[in-house]
Amino acid sequence: MSIDRRKFLKIAGLSGIGMGLSAADSLIKGKAHASEESSLPESGVRLALVIDVGKIRTDEDYKRITDACHSIHNVPNIPNTKHEVKWIWTDTYEHTFPDQTNEFIPTEMKEKPFLLLCNHCAKPPCVRVCPTKATFKRPDGIVTQDPHRCIGCRFCMAACPYGSRSFNWVDPRKYLDMNKVNPDYPTRTMGVVEKCTLCVERIARGLEPACVEASNGAMVFGNLADPNSKVRKILSTHYTLIRKPAVGTQPSVFYVIGGGENAG
Amino acid sequence: MYNGSKIIIGLIIFLAIATFPLYSNFGKSAVMPKPSIDTPVINQLDRKECVESAEYMKKEHMKVLDQWRDEVVREGKRDVITVGGRVFEKSLQNGCMQCHSNKSKFCDECHSYAGVKPYCWDCHFFKEEGQR
Repeated sequence: MSIDRRKFLKIAGLSGIGMGLSAADSLIKGKAHASEESSLPESGVRLALVIDVGKIRTDEDYKRITDACHSIHNVPNIPNTKHEVKWIWTDTYEHTFPDQTNEFIPTEMKEKPFLLLCNHCAKPPCVRVCPTKATFKRPDGIVTQDPHRCIGCRFCMAACPYGSRSFNWVDPRKYLDMNKVNPDYPTRTMGVVEKCTLCVERIARGLEPACVEASNGAMVFGNLADPNSKVRKILSTHYTLIRKPAVGTQPSVFYVIGGGENAG
Repeated sequence: MYNGSKIIIGLIIFLAIATFPLYSNFGKSAVMPKPSIDTPVINQLDRKECVESAEYMKKEHMKVLDQWRDEVVREGKRDVITVGGRVFEKSLQNGCMQCHSNKSKFCDECHSYAGVKPYCWDCHFFKEEGQR
């Protein structure tokens, strides 16, 4: 059966309209679905951290917390900031909360360093973009990674709005004292991306993350999905901030603002 | 045949190069590796048992490690394996190497014999024999 030009154009036009309609339909549905979705997972566990910024005061406090994490995970201390690897670190108020544009906040807040780490987002963009599924979200909400599968494409680094991921540009072992490393935890190798894993290996043994343990009560760890958990109690009674709420990733790290004996 | 002599000479040179690995090793026998389980931890054991039989582990240890890796890292299944009352962690560094602390004799010898270069040791490490 032959088909003439006129018929072909008619059919092509109709199919085009049909495809457009179905795409528009799925877009509308997709949007509606996203807005109704709860950030609490079906597993009933969403592990989270609350950081009381007022309770971390001295340089030693910050150092104790970051050292606790970096020493047990064999994170190298690379002086070149272009090559550095960081799981937990500090930055200024402006960089931590760029959406908070109030210039009249207390000077103490403005000048304070803030502890930063992976936010273990409820909607992690790094997981969405990873082509090998090397980075993935566990049912308990922890965004972790499988360095065995990482191909070093660094899409996750581009996707993360918090700069929480580090790429190993150089062999990390060159910057580690191999006689002092933690023999129970591997190092990483050149060409893979890494970040805070919320101490999955410690949580599996029933321990709290290393930073929480070293924080002397300034950081609290718990299950957001449980209304009676310690974290939920702090969140319901104190004013807290999350980083960059506008990007919609729904972080699981909350900052208690206001100082004093708030958290814990 | 045009240029017959040149073609034949060329063929002979090609064959000589292509078969070089065969005749250069002819008559020589490579020494079969004998992986050693002579380590302080293993020597103290009454029953020298691993998670599977030695035969199975010789053939399939890489599959076992691969399976453990996926279970622990991806599925969070960190439950231990108990064999004959002894507990094994599903871990290269914290499991295997606790007993087989002689990496050069136990791992490297066979791997170099077979021409296999596993990249496990790029990240995982062990304390040198005797330091543990």
